[in-house]
Amino acid sequence: MAYVALADRGQVLSHPKSFITKYIWSQDHKVIAIQYSLIAVAVGVVALILSLGMRLQLGFPDTLSIIDPSEYMQFVTMHGMIMVIYLLTALFLGGFGNYLIPLMIGARDMVFPYMNMLSVWVYLVSVIILMASFFVPGGPTGAGWTLYPPQAILFGTPGASWGIILMLVSLAVFIVAFTMGGLNYVTTVLQARTRGMTMMRMPLTVWGIFTATILGLLAFPALLVSAIMMLFDRLLGTSFFMPAIVSMGELSETGGGSPILFQHLFWFFGHPEVYIVALPAFGIVSDLLSVHARKNIFGYRMMVWAIVGIGGLSFVVWAHHMYVSGMNPYFGFFFATTTLIIAVPTAIKVYNWVLTLWQGDIHLTVPMLFAIGFIFTFIHGGLTGIFLGNVVVDLPLSDTYFVVAHFHMVMGVSPILVIFGAIYHWFPKVTGRMFNDTLGKFHFWLTFLGTYSIYLPMHYLGFLGVPRRYYAFEGIDFIPESAMTLNSGITVAAIFVAVTQILFFINMFWSTFRGPKADPNPWNATSLEWFTPQTPPIHGNWGPELPQVYRWAYEYSAPGADKDFTPQTDPPTDAEIAAR
Amino acid sequence: MTDAVLAQGLPGIVDDWSADKQTFQVHWGKAMMWIFLLSDTFIFSCFVTSYMSVRSATTVPWPDPSEVFALTIFGQHMPLILIAIMTFILISSSGTMAMAVNFGYRKDRKTTALLMLATAAFGATFVSMQVFEWSKLIAEGVRPWSNPMGAPQFGACFFMITGFHGAHVSIGVIYLLTVAFKVWRGDFEKSGSYVSVEIAGLYWHFVDLVWVFIFALFYLW
Repeated sequence: MAYVALADRGQVLSHPKSFITKYIWSQDHKVIAIQYSLIAVAVGVVALILSLGMRLQLGFPDTLSIIDPSEYMQFVTMHGMIMVIYLLTALFLGGFGNYLIPLMIGARDMVFPYMNMLSVWVYLVSVIILMASFFVPGGPTGAGWTLYPPQAILFGTPGASWGIILMLVSLAVFIVAFTMGGLNYVTTVLQARTRGMTMMRMPLTVWGIFTATILGLLAFPALLVSAIMMLFDRLLGTSFFMPAIVSMGELSETGGGSPILFQHLFWFFGHPEVYIVALPAFGIVSDLLSVHARKNIFGYRMMVWAIVGIGGLSFVVWAHHMYVSGMNPYFGFFFATTTLIIAVPTAIKVYNWVLTLWQGDIHLTVPMLFAIGFIFTFIHGGLTGIFLGNVVVDLPLSDTYFVVAHFHMVMGVSPILVIFGAIYHWFPKVTGRMFNDTLGKFHFWLTFLGTYSIYLPMHYLGFLGVPRRYYAFEGIDFIPESAMTLNSGITVAAIFVAVTQILFFINMFWSTFRGPKADPNPWNATSLEWFTPQTPPIHGNWGPELPQVYRWAYEYSAPGADKDFTPQTDPPTDAEIAAR
Repeated sequence: MTDAVLAQGLPGIVDDWSADKQTFQVHWGKAMMWIFLLSDTFIFSCFVTSYMSVRSATTVPWPDPSEVFALTIFGQHMPLILIAIMTFILISSSGTMAMAVNFGYRKDRKTTALLMLATAAFGATFVSMQVFEWSKLIAEGVRPWSNPMGAPQFGACFFMITGFHGAHVSIGVIYLLTVAFKVWRGDFEKSGSYVSVEIAGLYWHFVDLVWVFIFALFYLW
């Protein structure tokens, strides 16, 4: 049945008038994106402070110990959960996804702005529920961010009374919020592109966010189901995950459940979650490298297929998180094989990034520094991932600091560097003002070198066999004294990096209000978001006509062109038509 | 599939996906509903897979569903009779829903609204029979945490899965009534498109289809 595309219809948005509908209960995707980002960054700062509490304990157990063992476990749990879900997922998809998708594909807004607005407010509710767990009797849950039963809900684990309930409810609410937003992002990319904007002309940022959102829509259900089942185990006394347990000399009333079932459900969500965070970072970093190296992205099509391929493979590798749980050796073989296959599309991406830089006209701007920093940290984290994907290598390393170093390198530092780069890159578009370049460069170098000095030594601690999730290491014979010295050094570096972030906040805050006015297209980029009639873009994004797109988003330094970038909206020249 | 059909179909798929403006030639609401249902499919799959995993893991014997859900009507012992009637009702409701979509596209306002009301009524009947089934089992002592007939996970899975599905049906009834009201009021006469009826229909058929799987895997296994 013929159906008139959204791009072919007149403007149907009604412009809000009052302050409240414009900035608070706003249905504008750009305002929602900023709301998402501010909430995510605020909750991320909480998680950062938690990590400092843990680092002080690990680095200086005798002098600066300000937390007790229960609090240590609670901090580990909350730090992990907040960073992975409430910061990274929300910021990449809710923040960057919301802001960039409609602008980059030439839409006036998301297809269903009202649901988009609900998404951010439900997200806020989930954050409030999570934060409330700091103030309930027993405090937040200390089950580890993986929340493995039975210990997550057994009394004796910190926060087993209230914390775990609030955590599970908060996750369920978050998933509702994510689903409302995610349906919008996917449908907008599929159905609301402007004239001439084919899928294969979209910037890789949109491809990354689009694929990651699909992963989210298919992976979060497993977390929702496991959260519901564990809530039943905790509140109703069911035995989905609870075996018969002798606790304090008494046999529990539960029995017959399978803790391994939870692990399967959790990691069926948990592994795609890695790529929900990584794919938007891959996409964004591709665009940053291309813009600031003044060169088209190398192998655009392969980059797209690599994103899609990684997304598909991420659903068949989950049990590599469970090698130590014990499994049939054939399963281990299968999951090790699929895991290592992921290295192929990932390597394609890394080679293409490097080849994009090769012979490029590299401008070492602040976003570019962060993008290049990402290549380093990501290769580093990716290589240790190959170690851990192998069953026999994983078994001795799994419960050590090697794993902590690996996933912080690949999933902590790398996406965060991209986030910083992306914030600097799009800051002039979002605020209409320029940030302070010197402060930004200081921020990069101190953050980059600082995080390296946190996580590089951790690999060494892991090879020594220093176990993770331990509050203190006294009386463990095989851990040498030097490991403790190293731990102190890591803590100093961590405090240093945390303090460095003040530079970023000062820069952002000051520049938003006092920065010099920015050019509408300060980086001479080609993609659509830089060609809005106003900067920052107003509600509705475009003028009376939607833009017409004629080419892909990577027309940099094209031979024969009069300038070193050709916007997507430039019609083909006579020479180009003749060349076809 | 013949080669000729393939020869026409494949370029069509390629054209759809490489087109500008939109990938699928449908209303965005319909596309969004399909994507939501895909996500919801994963939720139900996780529930049902977990149930099957728990059922095969437990060491206590699983009660025989055909006996648990048997009723004695007029002195006749009929295994699974209640579930059979419920299934019949839900599948019939899919039939009236499909007719409503058809009459919607023919712009027959009243018939569409009435057929949607009939669908909602079937749905409400289904939910009330489920309430009866729940009360019967609760009266027999089945609880989420224990079960006099065997494995405690039987009760846990039963209440969780049928509860989650029943919630979907109840939400669907409210959704159908809302859209039926809009049809009746003539909203879609004005907008000229009855696609909202079809979108509601997609959701309803999905809820129906999920029930078929629950019926097969929980009651017939």
